[in-house]
This record gives sequence, structure tokens and C-alpha cells, in this order.
Amino acid sequence: MNAPNDCKPLDETDRRIIQATQAGLPLTTRPYHAIAEQLGVEAADVMRRMQRMLDLGIIRRIGAVPNHYALGYRANGMTVWDVADDRIDELGERVGRLECVSHCYQRPRHLPEWPYNLFAMVHGKTREEVEAKARLIADVLGQVSRGTDILYSTRILKKTGLRIGS
Amino acid sequence: MDDLDRALINTLQGGFLICERPYAEVADRVGSDETTVIARVERLLQDGLLSRFGPMYHAAQMGGALSLAAMEISPEDYERVTKIVNDQPEVAHNYERNHRLNMWFVLATETPDAQQETIARIERESGYAVYNMPKIREYFVELKLHV
Repeated sequence: MNAPNDCKPLDETDRRIIQATQAGLPLTTRPYHAIAEQLGVEAADVMRRMQRMLDLGIIRRIGAVPNHYALGYRANGMTVWDVADDRIDELGERVGRLECVSHCYQRPRHLPEWPYNLFAMVHGKTREEVEAKARLIADVLGQVSRGTDILYSTRILKKTGLRIGS
Repeated sequence: MDDLDRALINTLQGGFLICERPYAEVADRVGSDETTVIARVERLLQDGLLSRFGPMYHAAQMGGALSLAAMEISPEDYERVTKIVNDQPEVAHNYERNHRLNMWFVLATETPDAQQETIARIERESGYAVYNMPKIREYFVELKLHV
């Protein structure tokens, strides 16, 4: 998942492009030209640098983030699973491919308080729908999952975009 | 929400081009025109159906660090600790969840050291332990929300 070690680090212009675009792309006919004008650099340079960041995975993708909640997916469950370490990579990939899963990560356990090491985010219109989808994950994991839980968010305490400093 | 809104939400989840007129290219794909596409995306953002539109940066590959952390807070301390956690600029999202570990937040820092420093600060100011759960591995997930 990591960038190749020989990739050049980000220079000052790259960082200025990141800062100018991390809240979003301009909604104008020529968005990359608008960024270039704002930063005082050539549009071709902005596009070349953004393409390089995309190729290197520094930009994961360019597109829209749908607001699941506003689109009617009001029950967003973080399903968590205790999966045998020697099987987790194979099964994690399979869980990630399920239609109902939007994020899928392996994370560390904190025993005894927290025995779960596989996290799969599931979105549904109701909790019943989330639970039905969690059963699809359970089917994939089978006996290799030794325990599971579903955590629902009951309140948003803070929500801001990710930011890097200047 | 009409058919064009749905087509845009489905189409725009990935693959927006880096070229001179990328909205015109999207318009071709959804059977509309550039001006309409730009106006619709603006409205979908204003209405909150889209949370954001633009490049998604990979924090770890910019040299930064991203983590998920959880805490178990007693009800009488919950508001006090919420304020301590939310006051950290490194905390991007924070959710109350229905579990013994009842506070879950995302930490976004410029460096891994800064992540540890933020966690130490929260533990010191709140008096509660922070369970740090940085991802060990991310499994492939397709972009597939269809509306």
C-alpha cells in the first residue's frame, strides 16, 4: 500500500496545490486553470503535478464523497470481528468486495477490552438492514470469526475535513 | 433528487479527469451539458447529498498519519472529555457510539510522532486511557454506492 521509496517527496508547489484543493475542486469550467491562477503557476504544471500525485497514490481518487446519511442511509454500523490472524488478509479482501461494505480495515486488538481486529463499515436505511448485511459478512468469515459486534454512531460530536497544516 | 442527480452521484464517485474541461467530459457520460453539471454538483453539495467533491488525499503518503482511537468515558465526564478531544485540531471526526468504548475519533496528524503527542495530551487532560487503533492493513473496497 505504501508509495515506492524512490518517489520524490512533495515540494512546496505540491503542498500549495494540496492546500488549495483539499476542501474541494473549483466548480468552474476549467477547475485546474482556476487553481493555477490562484497559485500563480501554469495550468499545465498543476495538471502534471496532480496526475503524478494520482499515479503515486498520494491522491487516492478525484471525485465526490456521497453523504450516506443524507441519502437515506441513516443506520451506519461499524461491524467488528475477531478473526484469526493467519486468515485475516484473505478474508479481509473478500469482505471488502461485498457490495454492502464501504471501508474495511485490519486494526490492532486491545485485550481484554477490545478483542476485534477486522472493521467493516456497513450502511443501511435501518438497523435491521445493517444486521442483515452483517450476516453476509458472517457467512464469509464462518468459523474463523470468534466474536462480533456492531457499533452504531448515536451522535456526531465533531466533523471536519482532514487538513494538513501550512 | 431526479435522474440526473442520481446519475451524477453514481458517476462522480471516482475517475474525475485531470484535463482542461473535466465537467464537460462528465456531461458527456451522463447525457447532459457542462453548465448543468456544474450547477447540479454545486446544488448537491449545498443540499448536503455530497459531503465534498475533489481530490481525496492519502494522509500516510503525504508523510502524515491517520488513526482511529476509542475511549471509555463515564456518563458524568462525557461532555468534559468531548470538549478536550474536540479542541484538538488533529481530531477530524468524533462520534459517540453505543458500546462500552463510547467515544471514537479519527486523528489526522502531519507525522506519527504528532499522533502519539496528541494521544498523550488527551490522556493527560482527560484522565482516561485512549485505545489507539491505527490501521494495520486496508482491504480493497470498490466504490459502489448506487442511488
